[in-house]
Amino acid sequence: MSSEIIAKEKDIVVPGEVLAVGMDFLPSNGTYRNGDKIMASTVGLVNIKGKVIKLIPLRGKYNPKVGDTVIGKVSDILFSGWKVDIGCTNDAVLPLQEASSDYIQRGADLTMYFDLGDYITCKITNVTSQKLIDISANGPGLRKLGTGRLMNVSCNKVPRIIGKQGSMVNTIKEHTGSKIIVGQNGVVWVKNEDPVKELLTAQAIKMIEDNAHTPGLTDKVTSFLSR
Amino acid sequence: MAYEKRFDGRAFEDTREIDAKAGVVKNADGSAWFKIGKTEAIAAVYGPREIYPRFKQNAKEGVLQCFYNMMPFSGMGDRVRPGGNRRSKEISMVITNALKPALDLSEYPNSAIDVFIELPKTDAGSRCASICAAAIALADAGIPMKDVVSAVAVGIVDGTVLVDLDYAEEAFEGEVADIPIAVIPSTGELTLLQMDGRISKDNLIKALELGKQVSLKISEVQKKALKEVYEVQNEN
Repeated sequence: MSSEIIAKEKDIVVPGEVLAVGMDFLPSNGTYRNGDKIMASTVGLVNIKGKVIKLIPLRGKYNPKVGDTVIGKVSDILFSGWKVDIGCTNDAVLPLQEASSDYIQRGADLTMYFDLGDYITCKITNVTSQKLIDISANGPGLRKLGTGRLMNVSCNKVPRIIGKQGSMVNTIKEHTGSKIIVGQNGVVWVKNEDPVKELLTAQAIKMIEDNAHTPGLTDKVTSFLSR
Repeated sequence: MAYEKRFDGRAFEDTREIDAKAGVVKNADGSAWFKIGKTEAIAAVYGPREIYPRFKQNAKEGVLQCFYNMMPFSGMGDRVRPGGNRRSKEISMVITNALKPALDLSEYPNSAIDVFIELPKTDAGSRCASICAAAIALADAGIPMKDVVSAVAVGIVDGTVLVDLDYAEEAFEGEVADIPIAVIPSTGELTLLQMDGRISKDNLIKALELGKQVSLKISEVQKKALKEVYEVQNEN
């Protein structure tokens, strides 16, 4: 039986579009098999790797994955931990023993560590099938965020903001000297002592979000920052 | 006397003018605007998010909730009383049932996907326009689905099988049947089938076949609208 790929690499496809015909290909993320056809199930960019066809999503809420570093807001304080809003359906739970490297006494005032409304960087340690999320704030680089600028971007554009091996975010850091933390859930924290440079950093990140699908983005950002 | 020429002059297998746009409500997770003739629908999708009241939650899959609302000034006659009524509640239910078979909500246990559909302008076929708009909005929100559902009304006016009845045809004094249908284009499955009036078996089969063909054309408009969001960004 003959098999062929109908969609091209990096095409924008919408649900119901036929990507390939024949049993020689395998459907992956964002696609499904209908008879001998592989079809798209979300809006996304086509990515073909050998026999596997998958879609890079362009829309949708953040889907939590174990090992992701995210930025969340403390939304509730429990008996032995915190609830943290990381932009998913359910709030993530930060248990007491994962909160800090020092010992926290039973019945201690938890607001001493993280208060309501505080933003923290944390790592996802576990996700259940029912999408209950456990996080940890105990590790290198994981902490409560101080003053700075918080931005919400679409979580699907985070890979472009980071760039290949962090190239994009390093370019911005070099040009502006800002501190930047990018959470996989689309929350970005920016800090610079100079408010003008902080604004410039924020504008650069906004620019990347708006032009996430265009090629040659690194050059555009570099020319924007050196202006 | 047979119905030989339509009141607005189009052919029997033609719909009214269709237009669609995705991403019209900035604060929503996904949104769309759909226009067919004088009927306009705006759909906004919020979610997946927590579901209230809690007893509605389903541990196996997400819950789809659609809310159909005609705006007070939307009709051609008197002001429609704002708020829900029996009619809007029923239409909300049939829209939910029409969209559900195309969606895959297994990724979103214990959560709700809310679709709010507002109709600023209505002529006829408002539930079909709502389904079309809601389907685009759900795709725009990144919810996995088999295909973008499209909907159209088919029917019979004075013995003639035709597509997309407008208000004058629905109100025609004589033999009229109005059959709104929703179709999953890639498989041809019907997810909505309702009827007002009377129709013979042969004509019903003829009308449904015609409806499936026309729904493919509507589907093209819907898919174009979804892609246009990114084309505009490319030009900048």
